[in-house]
Amino acid sequence: MLPRSQIWLLVVLAAAGGAAAFSGRMDDYVLDVALGVCINITLAVSLNLINGFTGQFSLGHAGFMAVGAYTAASLTKTLGEKLLPLVGGQPWILLPIALLAGGLVAAVAGLAVGTPSLRLKGDYLAIVTLGFGEIIKVIFQNVDFVGGALGLNGIPTTLNPAWVTVIVFSTLATAALTVYVVWGLLHSTYGRGFLAVADDEIAAESMGLNTTRYKITAFVVGAFFAGVAGGLYAHTKGTLTPGGFDFTKSIEIVVMVILGGMGRHVGVIIAAILLTVATEWLRNFGDYRMIVYSLLLIVLMLTRPQGLFTWSWKKKAA
Amino acid sequence: MPPLLQLDNVTICFGGLTAVCEVSATVNEHELVGLIGPNGAGKTTVFNMVTGVYQPTKGRISFTGQPTAGLKPFELTARGIARTFQNIRLFPSLTVFDNVRVAFHLHLEHDVLHSLTRGKKFHREEAELRERTRELLSIFNLERVQDEPAKSLPYGDQRRLEIVRALATKPKLLLLDEPAAGMNPAEKLELMKLIQFIQEKFKLAILLVEHDMKVVMGICQRIHVLEYGRKIAEGTPTEIRANPAVIAAYLGKEHA
Repeated sequence: MLPRSQIWLLVVLAAAGGAAAFSGRMDDYVLDVALGVCINITLAVSLNLINGFTGQFSLGHAGFMAVGAYTAASLTKTLGEKLLPLVGGQPWILLPIALLAGGLVAAVAGLAVGTPSLRLKGDYLAIVTLGFGEIIKVIFQNVDFVGGALGLNGIPTTLNPAWVTVIVFSTLATAALTVYVVWGLLHSTYGRGFLAVADDEIAAESMGLNTTRYKITAFVVGAFFAGVAGGLYAHTKGTLTPGGFDFTKSIEIVVMVILGGMGRHVGVIIAAILLTVATEWLRNFGDYRMIVYSLLLIVLMLTRPQGLFTWSWKKKAA
Repeated sequence: MPPLLQLDNVTICFGGLTAVCEVSATVNEHELVGLIGPNGAGKTTVFNMVTGVYQPTKGRISFTGQPTAGLKPFELTARGIARTFQNIRLFPSLTVFDNVRVAFHLHLEHDVLHSLTRGKKFHREEAELRERTRELLSIFNLERVQDEPAKSLPYGDQRRLEIVRALATKPKLLLLDEPAAGMNPAEKLELMKLIQFIQEKFKLAILLVEHDMKVVMGICQRIHVLEYGRKIAEGTPTEIRANPAVIAAYLGKEHA
C-alpha cells in the first residue's frame, strides 16, 4: 500500500494524462492560460521553499528559469533535428530529457550562486540574487547560439500537433511533482529543519542542524524546478527573449509567494492561480499592468502582511 | 580518564580587547559545574568558544579527549554539546512539538530522499521519533501545549522548552546560559530542582552560567569564577563563598 501522499500524486498525474489526451481539442487561449497557471504554480511553490519556508529572500528565480528555458529549448530546437532521430523521432522522450537537463543546469547554477551568497542574509542576499538574475539576462543577450538579444524562435509548442500532448502532460505533471516534492520535504523531521533555519539560524545551528546545507538544498531544489518551469515556458511560448526573464519576472513570482502567505502550501498555489488569471485580465491595462501589480503588493503589505490565504490547513502536521 | 570538557589556557581577543585570557577549567562527566563572575567577565564568551561559535585565539579546548578546534557548532552538537541561550532562542513559529522534534533530527537514520519516497522505514522512524518527542515533552509537563506555537508560551515554559529541546539532541554536556534570568524566587526554586532532576535522569554533565548566587551555590558541585576574562578562583560552593578574591570581585576590596 502506497502512502496517501503518493496516491494523491498518482491520481493527479493520471488526471494530467487524461487532460493531456484531450488537449488537442482545447481552445488555444484557454490551454495557454491553463499551462501558464501550472508553470506559475511550479515557480511559486519552488520559490516558496527558498523564500517562505527557509526564509532566504531570493530575487533570482527568473534567472534560474532563464537557464532552464534556454537549456531545454536549445535541446529541442537547435539540437532537436539531430537528436530526434536518436530517440526514435518521439517528442515524448526528447521533451522530458530536455526539461530535466534544463532543471539540472539550473540546479547547478543554483549551487554555484547559492554557495557563496547564502552566507549573506536578508537584503544582502536579495541584492546578490537580483544581480545574478541580471547577469544571466545579459549573458543570454550576448550568446549568438541562442539568438542573442533577438531571442530564440521556432521552439516547438502546443501549436505543433506532435508536441501538444507531451507538453501539456509535462506541464501538469511538473506542477504536481513540485507540490509533492516541496510538501514531502517539509513534512518530515528533516524538513522541519528548513522552518527552523528560517526562524532562528543560530539556534538551529546549535541544535545540530547544518544550516548552510539546508539553505543550499532549498536553493538547489528551488532552482531545479524553476529551470524545469523555464523549459516548459519555452515550449508554451515558442519564443524566448532575454528581456522576458528580467527583474519584473522575479518580482512577479515573489508577489505570488507573498500573496499566498510565505511558507504556506495551499495559499501559494491559490495565489499562483489567481495572479495568472488576473494577469490575463490586466492585459486590458496594457503598460499599466506593473503599476496595478505593485499597488496590489503595497496594499497587501499594509493590510495583510502575513498573506491572503493563511488559514491553518491541519493543526497537527504529520 | 580525561575530563569531559577541558579548557587549556584558552584566550580570545576581539581586536585589541582580550575577552577571555588564559582560562583553564574542566568539567567532569556527570558533574554540575557553575561558571560565575560579574557582568562582562567573559562567561558567555567561554560558552561561545565551547560550542564553536568563536574559535579561541590561543589555547585549546577538548571534549571527550578530542580537540574541538575548527569544528562548527552543529558538529559539536552532534558530538554531544548542547546549549541554551541567555536570551531565549526558540523557533518561535514552530509548535512546541516541532521545536523538540527538529532537535531529534541528529539521530535520524533516514536522509532527505526518504521524505520523498516515504517508505516503510521513513514512517517507522518518524513514528518512533514522534513517540520520543511526546515522551520527552511529558516528562517536563509540556505535552498539554505541544500544538501551540512556541512564541505563545509563558516565559517560564519557554525557558523549560529550550532546555527540553537541548536534551533532545542527547547531549553529554549541557550548557545553560543564565536559565534563571527573569524568574521570580518560586520559579527559581523550581528551576533548581529541574536542573538537578535533569542531571540525574539524563546522566549528563551541566555547565551553568548564572548570576543568581542562591541557584549557583545551591546546586553546583564545583564553581569556576571569572573576572575581566581571567579565572580568579575555583572550588566547591563553600570554598568560593569564603574566597577573598571572589568577595573582592563582587563586593569590592574593603569587604574581602
